[in-house]
Parts: sequence; C-alpha cells; structure tokens
Amino acid sequence: MIFSILQDYTLRHVIFGAAILGIVSGTLGSFAVLRQRSLLGDTMSHAALPGIALAFMITGSKAPFILLTGAALAGWLGTLAILVITGRTRIKEDGAQGIVLSVFFGIGLVLLSRIQRMPSAAKAGLDKFLFGQAATLLTSDIIAMLVVGGTAMVVMLVLWKEFKLLSFDPEFLTASGFPTRTLEYILTFLIVGAVVIGLQTVGVVLMSAMVVAPAASARQWTNRLEGMVALSGVFGAIAGISGALISSLVEKVPTGPAIVLALGCIAACSLLFGPERGILSQILRRQRNRQTYAANRILQGLWVLSLHHKEYQHPHAIDTLEALFTISRGSVRGGLEALASQGLIKKDSIGRFALTPLGREKALALEGEQS
Amino acid sequence: MNAHLEILSIAVVVAIACALPGTFLVLRKRALISDAISHAVLPGIVLGFFMTGNINSPLLMLGAVAAGLFTAWLTELLAKTRLVKEDAAIGLVFPVLFSIGVLLVSRHAGNIHLDTDAVLLGELAFAPFDRMMIQGTDLGPRSLWSMSAILLLNSVVILLLYKELKLSTFDSGLAQAQGFKPHRLHYALMTLVSLTVVGAFDSVGSILVVALMVAPPAAAFLLTKRLAPMIFIGALIGAISAIIGYGVAVLGDVSIAGSMAGACGFSFLVVLLFAPQRGLVAQQVMRRTQTLHLGVRMLVVHLSHHGSGTNQMDENECRKDHLTQHIAWTASFANKVAESAIKQGFIMPHHQVLKLTPKGILVAQEAMTQ
Repeated sequence: MIFSILQDYTLRHVIFGAAILGIVSGTLGSFAVLRQRSLLGDTMSHAALPGIALAFMITGSKAPFILLTGAALAGWLGTLAILVITGRTRIKEDGAQGIVLSVFFGIGLVLLSRIQRMPSAAKAGLDKFLFGQAATLLTSDIIAMLVVGGTAMVVMLVLWKEFKLLSFDPEFLTASGFPTRTLEYILTFLIVGAVVIGLQTVGVVLMSAMVVAPAASARQWTNRLEGMVALSGVFGAIAGISGALISSLVEKVPTGPAIVLALGCIAACSLLFGPERGILSQILRRQRNRQTYAANRILQGLWVLSLHHKEYQHPHAIDTLEALFTISRGSVRGGLEALASQGLIKKDSIGRFALTPLGREKALALEGEQS
Repeated sequence: MNAHLEILSIAVVVAIACALPGTFLVLRKRALISDAISHAVLPGIVLGFFMTGNINSPLLMLGAVAAGLFTAWLTELLAKTRLVKEDAAIGLVFPVLFSIGVLLVSRHAGNIHLDTDAVLLGELAFAPFDRMMIQGTDLGPRSLWSMSAILLLNSVVILLLYKELKLSTFDSGLAQAQGFKPHRLHYALMTLVSLTVVGAFDSVGSILVVALMVAPPAAAFLLTKRLAPMIFIGALIGAISAIIGYGVAVLGDVSIAGSMAGACGFSFLVVLLFAPQRGLVAQQVMRRTQTLHLGVRMLVVHLSHHGSGTNQMDENECRKDHLTQHIAWTASFANKVAESAIKQGFIMPHHQVLKLTPKGILVAQEAMTQ
C-alpha cells in the first residue's frame, strides 16, 4: 500500500515539501529555542502576511518566488521593529513580539480583504497561507522551498561558530569583536526564511510549532549543539512525513494539524523519556534518593538503639522500628529489606533486625559524614 | 442606535476590557500568553459545542475558559520541569491545542457551523445582527451585553485585587514574603484573560484581541511609570485605536478587525516616536543636546590647555579650523560647538582664533576638576 501511495503525484509533493520544511525549521529552530526566542517563529509567520498580500497586489502574480520575497521583506521589517522596540524602550521582547505579530497580521487582513474585493479572479488561493494547504503544493513551490531552505542551511553552516557563541555566550561574542547585532539579525532572518517556506504547508498559526517543537524535543536527548541541531532536523522531517502520510490515509485530517500533532507526540515522548533530565528519569531518581535516605536513617537509628544495649548486635522488633521513625511504614519495611540484602543488617528467626559488623561500620561512617 | 454606533460601542468596550488585563500581561512580560490563549480556546469551544449543540450556549464560554486556563497551567507545568524554558513551553502547548481544535472542526465540518476563520478573524460587521431579546423587547446587540459584562468583571476583579496584583507584578518575591499567593493571582489574571478572549473572539477575532491586549498598554508604558495611569491611558489608547480603525475600515471597505489592529499599531508608533522623554524623537534630541554640551566642555578645556585668554596663548592651537584635526570633529560640528560656546559667553571669536572669556576659564577649570 505504501508503494501505491508514493506513486501518487500530489502526495509525493506534500511529503517532500513537509520533509524540507521539517528539516529547515527544525535545525534553525534550535537556535531560536536556545536563545529563548522560541516564539519568534510565530511572530514572523504572522508578520509575513502583509508582505504576501502586498506582493500579490503589486505584481498580480502568485508565483512562489514573488510571494516569498514579499513575505521575507515583511519579516525583515518586523525584525527591525522588534529590535528597535526592545533596544530603545523599556518594553521587553514579549511585548515587542506581541505588537509586531498582531499589528502586522491585522494589516495583512486589511490587504487580503482589499484583494477579495478586486475584480480579478486570480485572488483565489491567497488564504491558503492562513491555514496552509499542503495539497496545493506544485513543483515550482517545491523548488522555491529547496532554494530558500538550502540557502538558509548554507548560511547557518558558514556562520556555525558565531551562531554557537551567540546561543551560549553572547557577551563573549561581543567582547571578541564580532558584530553581535548583525549576527542576531541574520539568524532572525534565516528563521524568516524557514517560516516563509512553511506558510503554504502548515499555515501561519501552526508554523510556531515547526520552529519550537523539534528543537525542544532534541534538546532532551543531547547536550551538544551539533547533536541537537541534527536531531532536531530529523524530528522535523519525521513529523512532516508522518503528518503528510496520516492526512492522506485518514479522511478529513488536514496536513498542518496532523504534522503538529505528530510533533506534539515527539515532544511528549522526549520530555517523558529523555535520558538523565527526562520526567521519568527525574521521578525514578527521586524515588531512588528517597529509598537511600530511608535506608540510611534506619541504619543510623539501629546504631543509636544499639548504644543502649551491651552489644551492638542486639536485635529489635520491626514494630519498635516502625514506631521510632517518622518515615512511612512502607519505607521502613522497604528500607530494612534493602539493608538486609546489602548485608548491613540481619534478620533473626523471629523477624527482629540487628546490625552486622559491616552495618556498624557504615553507620559510623554516615555519622562521620554528618558531623 | 444605528449599526455604526452599535459596532463602535462594541469595539470600544472590547478595547477597554482588553487593556485592563493586558496592562498586567505587558508588565509581567507575559504578553504572548494572550496569543497562546486566544488560539488554544478553540478546542474548548468545539467540545462545548459538541456537548450542547448550541453555538450560543454559555457552556461554550465555560469550555473555552477551561481550555484557556488549561493552556496557562500546562505551560507553567512544563516550564517547572525545567526541561524547556517558558517561551518554548508556550510555543509547544498552544499549536497542539489549536491543532486538536482544527481537527475536530474539520472532522465534523459537515454538521456544525463553526469556522476556524471566524475564530481567528472575527467579523464585527455582523455583530449587530445578533440581538439580545428579552420577552420580545430588543435590548441591543448580544455581544455588547456580553462584553460589557466582561468589562465590568475585569474592572471589579482588578479593583479588588489591585494592591496584590501591583505588588506581585513589580516584586513577586516581596509579595510571596508578605503572604500573598502570586500563584493564585497568576491564575486569577489568566482567568480574566481567557474570559476576555472568549468573549471577544466571536465579535472581533483572536488577533485583534492580542493587538488590543498588548499594543495600547505597551504604548501607555512609554508614557507613564505609574500603574493606575498606565491602565487608564492604555484603555484610552485602545478605545481611540478602535474608533480610528473602524473609520478606516468603513472608508476603505476593508476588514474591520484587521484595520483596528493596524490602528493599534499606528497609535503605538505615534507614541513610540513622540512620547515626551522616552520617545525616539525625544531620545534623539536629548542625545544631540548632550553631545553638544560635552563638545562645549571639550572645547573650553582644549582652549585653556593651550593658554587661550592668557598671555601664553598658542594661536595655532586655538584656531577654529584646527579643531577638525586636533579633536577630529567635523567642520560643521566644530562650528556648532563654537557657536554654542559663544552664545553662552564662554569664548570670544577673534578672526579665526578663539579666546576664552574669564567665564570660559572658570568653566574649563570646573570641567577639569569634575
């Protein structure tokens, strides 16, 4: 069945387009997420709308390169506005982005409504940029996506070291004499490029997920930038391809939301199962720490009790021990078992516990650590 | 009331209702949560519609507010795991929720009159057609009533929690230490934002809500430092923008919501440029004055260094045209500085040579000891 799907002309385009978009926005998104500008993709995708509308109004053409140029110019203007507002006033990044996002989009709507009242029939199809219509991707669109995306990737690779510093240590970058502002500008503009190729596939609103989700997911699996960027691209591609496939196999499932939900699954899995920092390993670690803590408390308790007897190996009943500690009954039992299995205490024939020589040593060592 | 007046009054009420919680969002650096919530309410509205089958049911409101709060809660939960930063958490949550909403709509598109376009874009022009009827009496447009109720609620809640909100906005650490619960305040604010977004979406659309919540309070923030005036100015700017936007929309026959959002941007731009003290123009003027002031000081010090105004005057060093070489000033700046210094009575021009007056010598000494 998969084979027959791949022969479908439209679907091949959709899959190819979604994969390109996933790779480009995934890799570039890594920098946006690391620099805590995750919502830049959202802002830029909204800001692109007036550019698209204006490009169409001026040229009367819907050729992808013309519309994308318009989008890029509007994105550039939006970037400039954000930099001026954050640089020259006390309004912070979020406020500047909120203003640019909503105002540019509003102006875009004004222009679109203007276009809708135009007599020519060519106006149809511009609103696909709002919600995306992957099924309308043509070969010329794919070529445009490849050129824009490819250029963005090349620029990213050429400026790799600078972008790396920009993400982790911008002060050092400035101190080393690099033009930090210009670099910041270029990076934002590359994200505009990613957004521009995504508009037609997933639309304005869902574009933000394409920038954030692959990168935030990849971050959970690695601490290295190279690994994160590569993995992020892979995640983006997987989500793009699987979303395109799902939307073609299941009736009435639009491509954009399908891709975003695939991204959501990847993100949820990464957050849950990521090594070391993931939610699951956090929970496991916390549990293990709690057990170790309980066991240590019990061992020390037994040692303190043993001081009241002639010999330290005097056994104590489990009820006594349970009454003694403020930790829950379950952890007392669990802790005792763990200690017994490590040979630090031993259980006698009627279920009482006593320190072993090894346990005494450990208890003394713990005491030493604490004092 | 005629239709124009009705639409305008709805728009003004929405603008003021948005500016109230918006002020706190901008101050708390959470402006973009308004964007997130305005999209994420969609699945709540759709589910509410599935349950009641009635687009006007108050249960839809409830579902949407719940979805908005869910967004705020999930975002905070994600940020608290420290696996992602707050901005990334917002960017992860709302597209997924919005996607679920779009999916629900398109799966059941045949049998519901619910349009994703309508949620995003709104159509204020249709608002007067939906009337509030009680026992056959026409009481005006329904959305005017619902938004007035929301405006009243926003005002009452903010008035009641004013001190708490103020303290937790400007110093959340102190607020916590004093026994306020910043957490509860946060959710109270999020409830107001969700409620306002939901109330406004069917008349003005979610994008205009974002514009009204962020741009007017941000503009007000450039005009004042104090909280209460900021709220009032924000509401005023929002209302004025709504009126301007509506006028432009009617004259140009274009999208009302889009035009109002654009007008918000225009108002912000005007304030950004011309705000006293903090506007870009005022900043530029101030920078110029400071540069000139500094230039005059430099000039008198330079002149006094070369004995201008005394017997050991080095005439070559005190020539005006020499300044361009010695201090690397442009000729026009040197002229301006010299003029300003002459006007203040610090120097006397003598052909091309600049002579310090006794007052100028004093100023130079002062500048050097500083």
